[in-house]
Amino acid sequence: MANPLRFHFWMKTAQALLLAVAVCFSLGATDAGSRFNDLGHRLMCTCGCAQLLGECNHVGCPESGRERKELTGLISDGKSDKEILEWFSGKYGATMLAAPTTHGFDLVAWIAPFAVFAAALLGTILLVRRWSGLSGAKALGSAIDPENEDPEDRERREKIRRETDTGIDGGF
Amino acid sequence: MAAFGSFALLIALALAAYNLLAGALALRLLVSGQPARFSPERLADTARRAGIAGFLAVSAAAFALIWSVFANDFSITYIMEHSNRALPGAYKFSALWSGQEGSLLLWAWLLGVFGFVLRLTHKTDVRLYAYAGTILAGIQVFFLAVLNFAAPPFALLKGAIPEDGNGLNPLLQYPEMVIHPPLLYLGYVGFSVPFAFALGALMMRYPGEKWIKVTRAWTMVTWLFLTAGIFLGMHWAYAVLGWGGYWGWDPVENASFMPWLTGTAFLHSVMMQEKRGMMKSWNVWLIFSTFLLTLLGTLLTRAGLVSSVHAFAQSSIGNWFVAFMLIVLAVCIFTYVLQRSHLKSDHHLESLVSRESSFLFNNLVLLTACFVILWGTLFPILSEYVVGNKVTVGAPFYNRVAVPIGLFLLFLTGVGPLLPWRATSFKSIRRNFVLPVIALWGTVIVCFIAGVRVWRDGAFSTGDFYALVAFAVSAAVFVAILSEFLRGAGVIARQTGRNLFVATWLLTRRNTRRYGGYIIHIGVVVVVMGLAGAAFNQNQEKELGLHDKLLIGPYTLECVGFTQDSNLNYNSEYALLDVYKGGAKQFQMTPEKRVYLASSQPQTMVAIHSVPSWDLYVVYEGTNPDSGQPIIKAFLNPLVGWIWAGLVVMVFGTFVALVPSLTPASAALRVPAVRTVPTEPALKGGD
Repeated sequence: MANPLRFHFWMKTAQALLLAVAVCFSLGATDAGSRFNDLGHRLMCTCGCAQLLGECNHVGCPESGRERKELTGLISDGKSDKEILEWFSGKYGATMLAAPTTHGFDLVAWIAPFAVFAAALLGTILLVRRWSGLSGAKALGSAIDPENEDPEDRERREKIRRETDTGIDGGF
Repeated sequence: MAAFGSFALLIALALAAYNLLAGALALRLLVSGQPARFSPERLADTARRAGIAGFLAVSAAAFALIWSVFANDFSITYIMEHSNRALPGAYKFSALWSGQEGSLLLWAWLLGVFGFVLRLTHKTDVRLYAYAGTILAGIQVFFLAVLNFAAPPFALLKGAIPEDGNGLNPLLQYPEMVIHPPLLYLGYVGFSVPFAFALGALMMRYPGEKWIKVTRAWTMVTWLFLTAGIFLGMHWAYAVLGWGGYWGWDPVENASFMPWLTGTAFLHSVMMQEKRGMMKSWNVWLIFSTFLLTLLGTLLTRAGLVSSVHAFAQSSIGNWFVAFMLIVLAVCIFTYVLQRSHLKSDHHLESLVSRESSFLFNNLVLLTACFVILWGTLFPILSEYVVGNKVTVGAPFYNRVAVPIGLFLLFLTGVGPLLPWRATSFKSIRRNFVLPVIALWGTVIVCFIAGVRVWRDGAFSTGDFYALVAFAVSAAVFVAILSEFLRGAGVIARQTGRNLFVATWLLTRRNTRRYGGYIIHIGVVVVVMGLAGAAFNQNQEKELGLHDKLLIGPYTLECVGFTQDSNLNYNSEYALLDVYKGGAKQFQMTPEKRVYLASSQPQTMVAIHSVPSWDLYVVYEGTNPDSGQPIIKAFLNPLVGWIWAGLVVMVFGTFVALVPSLTPASAALRVPAVRTVPTEPALKGGD
């Protein structure tokens, strides 16, 4: 039986870590150079080269030079990140933004991958537990006891081990 | 030659159609046992021979196109659009795959090559090979129909024949472009073979798992081609596009990555079927999906559904691909529904923490990664359809969503081999994980000492954080794999009295598949370390007059001159840059800008100096129209060389895995069977 105090301690630690990570991710760049770099990587060059504005440097690009100057100007005007992104989006269209926004239908783009992963993970765990006929805790803790093991099972296990660990055509 | 090529393609189509119809009829007669006026076996053999003859006909068409390129036959539209007289010979050859029609012809020819080899080796299992050959013929009919009716490579130019052609796209005039596309196509087309065997085995309710053994080498070689093709494409993008990176999550890159992910999942999970008779339906659908994804990738980039800087061949053949994909999907679903009782698992998973479940979770993560990429690639289309507003899904999206998934996959790469089959205990986990965990935290400490900080300029740096995690997990995985080698080698060394090096060699020879796989995983670790280095990239841009200097990292670049050159194919401008380190001159770099005469298109030729710790990457960006001074952009890209080194390790590991393991008899000759040490640590992982 797990110690409840210990469990509580680990839960609190996990919560604190999650909070710290969330705070870290929510902070943005501060000085002008960092902001230019950060925003330059959240905008696309509109010349059709499919590169980020901060990275587009192909010879003869007719757009990136002007757009970078606009970005520098907006940063020095003291506009916020949100205002700058909205300004570019308004002038050049939504395709100027390098990633979907986090509101409206765009939010679906961010949620769907994690939702699919979570659903698949949950489904797999439930399936394995159904197959094994054991609870998760029991499965995790069920070390094979060589003394009480069924001889037939032991033979099967040895056969698998021979085939897989030192066998001629064994897998991983 | 155009008439010869067109005629050869028509004959190839007729032969492929005969192969498909006669093969299908013969197999139908064989299955039903109905009496017929002719022998079904002989009919099947005529179908097989038609397949071989079809390969010769497609080869003749490919030869005709290459001949026409070298003969500067600009009466053929394709040659006029993709070649010119001054184009160097190697690039004339690569004109075969530089456009829509030529690349489809290459696809059909490679399919012919694979089919040719398959049909020549049919005696391995005549019935199974007959099924596979007939399915391949069906695929070939599609490609040849497209080549004959939708994208003919020998279409003649209307009007006067020009003196010279438009030339090859400058982006493609780079040595790697001579080998990258064929390797990628070998990967794409190669997956048709395991697909054909899987579908054929399901159709005929093939007993046992022998079909997997038959196709194992095919699948691994195909996977190797696709892997090498993707990496060469990355290197091409790095060396030619001049933006300092190698992967931009472009739709064409994504299109090649998706079948790689499902193919990798298949290579792992198929071992479960081979060893324990599990995941049969899953495996069948994995290989079906992989094949469909190779078609989907082609559809996405050729039909103009998504725009890409890498798409050199666009046209309106999308409808053909959609129709074919729907037919393939319908055949797969129909066959699966009809034969699903044949795919019942012999065993089920017994524990959430076991080698089997690690394979399952590995598959889950690989497929999630595939879904993320597919989702990101298709979301602009979906968004436009739903809200009428097309959005961009670029690198920031993938970096936020796909990178964590990739790191989790890397973690599983290390964890999986440490888990025993069937079930495990906390004690076993603790024993196997001590060293990797020490390596993980040791690496974190070393990174902090080396100056890696997740806070930069007062803000949390996601890139640095991911890099730190990547380094730490890579170290843990490397130690986990190394300990697996050492455990096994230690047992053999004690049993045989050989040194550890020889024992490692013997261990690998005894189970090449397992230890070859581990070597591939080491290659993946090396690649991930290289990718993580991107978090610490630096760049500087400056106008450089004569003897002006640019500082980046430990290097000082001094401009010592500019020069121009020209040949029949292009005019070029060079910058001559002396590179100093610690006050001493090290080498000279010559970044270049070319303007190709036939197309009047400019192109950068990046100068790269590569050492294990970083690449010094210098781009000649052109001249400032106001000052007339050249603009030089320099990048210092840490660990990029590790990515290419990792590929070499992966290729080596694949070759090791392809080598047959020692047979019991030969193993006994080399390794005396000492049975006095029954509980050695080497087998603890399997306890």
